[in-house]
Amino acid sequence: MDVTKIIKRAAQELVSGQVVNLGIGLPTKILDHIPPELDVFFQSENGILGAKKISENESVDPDLIDSGGAHINIREGASFFDSSVSFAMIRRGKIDVTIMGAFEVDQEGSLANWKIPGYFSPGIGGAMELAQKTPKVIILCSHNDKKGNSKILKKCKLPLTAKKCISRIITDKAVIDVTNEGLVLKEIAEGLTINEVIKQTEALLIIPKNVGTF
Amino acid sequence: MNKQIAIEDVIATIPDGASIMVGGFGNPGTPFTLIDELLKQGQRNLTLIKNDANEAFIGISKLIENGQVNKLITSHIGLNKVVIDMMNQEMLDVEFHPQGILAEKVRNAGAGCYGFLTDVGLDTEITDQESLINYQGKTLKIESALYADFALIHAHSADCYGNLVYESSAMNFSPLMAMAANKVIVETSHLVPATDLVPAHIHTPSAFVDSIVDLALSTHKNTSAGI
Repeated sequence: MDVTKIIKRAAQELVSGQVVNLGIGLPTKILDHIPPELDVFFQSENGILGAKKISENESVDPDLIDSGGAHINIREGASFFDSSVSFAMIRRGKIDVTIMGAFEVDQEGSLANWKIPGYFSPGIGGAMELAQKTPKVIILCSHNDKKGNSKILKKCKLPLTAKKCISRIITDKAVIDVTNEGLVLKEIAEGLTINEVIKQTEALLIIPKNVGTF
Repeated sequence: MNKQIAIEDVIATIPDGASIMVGGFGNPGTPFTLIDELLKQGQRNLTLIKNDANEAFIGISKLIENGQVNKLITSHIGLNKVVIDMMNQEMLDVEFHPQGILAEKVRNAGAGCYGFLTDVGLDTEITDQESLINYQGKTLKIESALYADFALIHAHSADCYGNLVYESSAMNFSPLMAMAANKVIVETSHLVPATDLVPAHIHTPSAFVDSIVDLALSTHKNTSAGI
């Protein structure tokens, strides 16, 4: 799977003026692909607004990490606050965009990304509040699992993180929007056909007149 | 009104079976030296409340690995495989909450209240139908306030009265826990004259703090810092 393709496509979702939360894993890697002039405030749930990737020549502050535990720096205009303020910001909808990973998503826009019973249950972290309360939730995931099964389902089977919360899904094969009518195929990866994407997707896809490529 | 005390003496006030809030999100803000003294004194049957379980072999993970902890109330322990294994083998009772709900439960206790209403997680398996009520036309979940017997806190700077200042992302749960626990024990790497702290810049006012341990005097210093 082409992970870099997903990350680069996701980076295009960010525009100056936004407040953005990036989940652990794939979403955090977006920081490697954003132009320096992008005027965005990255929120980290451990109490930072204005997180910035640390560069190699900068010294490490042991008290300054992001929510994934990585050493970071801050941009000009940044602020620090406690965990209740951090989640007040999230639950009040002050984060414009959150980008997170998923185990499963479905055609109603529901998300499962915190628990696989009997196999993976490290806890909820900030995922439920971010997914339920952020106006724009963008999901990054591989289109299919290692066995080739679609991760974009008619209905999630795993325990939900939040119901009907997703705006957009970006995979290695497609960009899909969640609308009131259902899932709309917006773009397909270069080299694929629309039919190939439909075949590898369990959920029903609405195919508009114009489907772009990325 | 000098709240400075020897670390051995103040940790000795914690009995077996105590509930203890521990500040910190990952390493920043974790009171490593107070934890090490608790490990040394060996109190047992503890309930710990912390955002995470630190990483294996450091911080509260040492207390859990040493069998001193019965229950952990937390948000996410994904960076600690040892504690996840102990949970899966039922050697440790773990109660998970969404991170901001955990913070708010602590904050609510710190404000002297008994709970609040939220819609977070209503459509998920974490919601027990018995905790739902109808209020102002909405179905909401009752979240109870979370109190504790003790809080162990790391502050960047403090004065002898117990005014506290935290550093960057080391703040996290600390000011909330310092309000919610009955007894608040603080370690600080910078115990300064009160005149050195700016009143408008103090994060936790002294009234919430019971005891201050000066890390400069501590025999085992802040050994486990650094990721």
